[in-house]
Amino acid sequence: MSENTKTMEVSVWRGDENGGAFETFKVPALGSQTVLDVVTWIQQSADPTLTYRYACRVGMCGSCAMMVNGEPRWTCRTHVSRVLDGDRLEIAPLRNLPVIKDLAADMDPFFDKWVKAGGVHRPSRTRDEPIQQVNPEAPARVEANKGIECINCSVCYAACDTVAGNQDYLGPAALQRAWTLYNDEKVQDRGAILDAVSGPGGCLNCHTQGSCTRYCPNELDPLSAIAGLKRAVATSFFKRSA
Amino acid sequence: MLNLRLYMAQRLSAMVMAPLVLGHIAVMIYAIQGGLSTAEILGRTQGSALWLLFYGSFVVAVSIHAAIGLRVIVHETLGLRGRWLEIFTWGTGIVLLLMGARAVAAVTML
Repeated sequence: MSENTKTMEVSVWRGDENGGAFETFKVPALGSQTVLDVVTWIQQSADPTLTYRYACRVGMCGSCAMMVNGEPRWTCRTHVSRVLDGDRLEIAPLRNLPVIKDLAADMDPFFDKWVKAGGVHRPSRTRDEPIQQVNPEAPARVEANKGIECINCSVCYAACDTVAGNQDYLGPAALQRAWTLYNDEKVQDRGAILDAVSGPGGCLNCHTQGSCTRYCPNELDPLSAIAGLKRAVATSFFKRSA
Repeated sequence: MLNLRLYMAQRLSAMVMAPLVLGHIAVMIYAIQGGLSTAEILGRTQGSALWLLFYGSFVVAVSIHAAIGLRVIVHETLGLRGRWLEIFTWGTGIVLLLMGARAVAAVTML
């Protein structure tokens, strides 16, 4: 690094499930630099033992999400210029998940809850039957389409204060997935979906704070999906009681 | 932690409470306009089945609503779970019900 190069102070979380601390690095500030570029520079030029996770670098795979200055973000599509606080940047592993090492969070609880919320497609036809035609203009299909671009980055899960307070809560991504299936006309057993999302960790625990929708990097709206599930579950309470 | 039964109980008790709160406030404002004394108010409420029903259902709704609401707060802020959370929820509901029933009885019973 030459003396004329502009630098920034980057605090990076170092540690594992037993705890850790922030370590500060001086990183050269470059044009069009992303937060992932900064982490990669530290690992390649300052400390090769730094652990982090990424894959596609273009906002498709959902691997590289981290806490940047205290907010969850996909680091590959976050320009440093947008989040720099003076000349400081703080990068930590995703909130609400166990830490494997340094910036790599353990995503298992996130995906376990995805399955627990019934996020698996259960087709109503066999391969021997003709393919079911789906009208793309049908209101339910339009509703389902709003949530299907989720890339499982866990930014909403890290942003959610209900997840922070209630470890059983399934979280916004898993519930949004359930809502897309509920609106999928190829799924026959809607009651099973409502059963999966109305238990003690289900959609009814959402406090409608909206951090999921505020932070979703794909600009999806899990908050409205959860509201839809709540309405469906409450309606089913009267129908099933009757 | 909040299942469908608890969620619906809290929402339905809120729906019961809403008109009762408005009725309670309206009656309070109306009653003090002419300078009614405590004895005059008690004279109207004691022995009245209508007021017993009004404030009795209010107390039942409050006990259900508040117990479930506090259950959520205690679980999320203090981490209370399992059997202790059930004891807390039922305990809060029963204490509120008993205190409220005592007050309602004092005001409406002869």
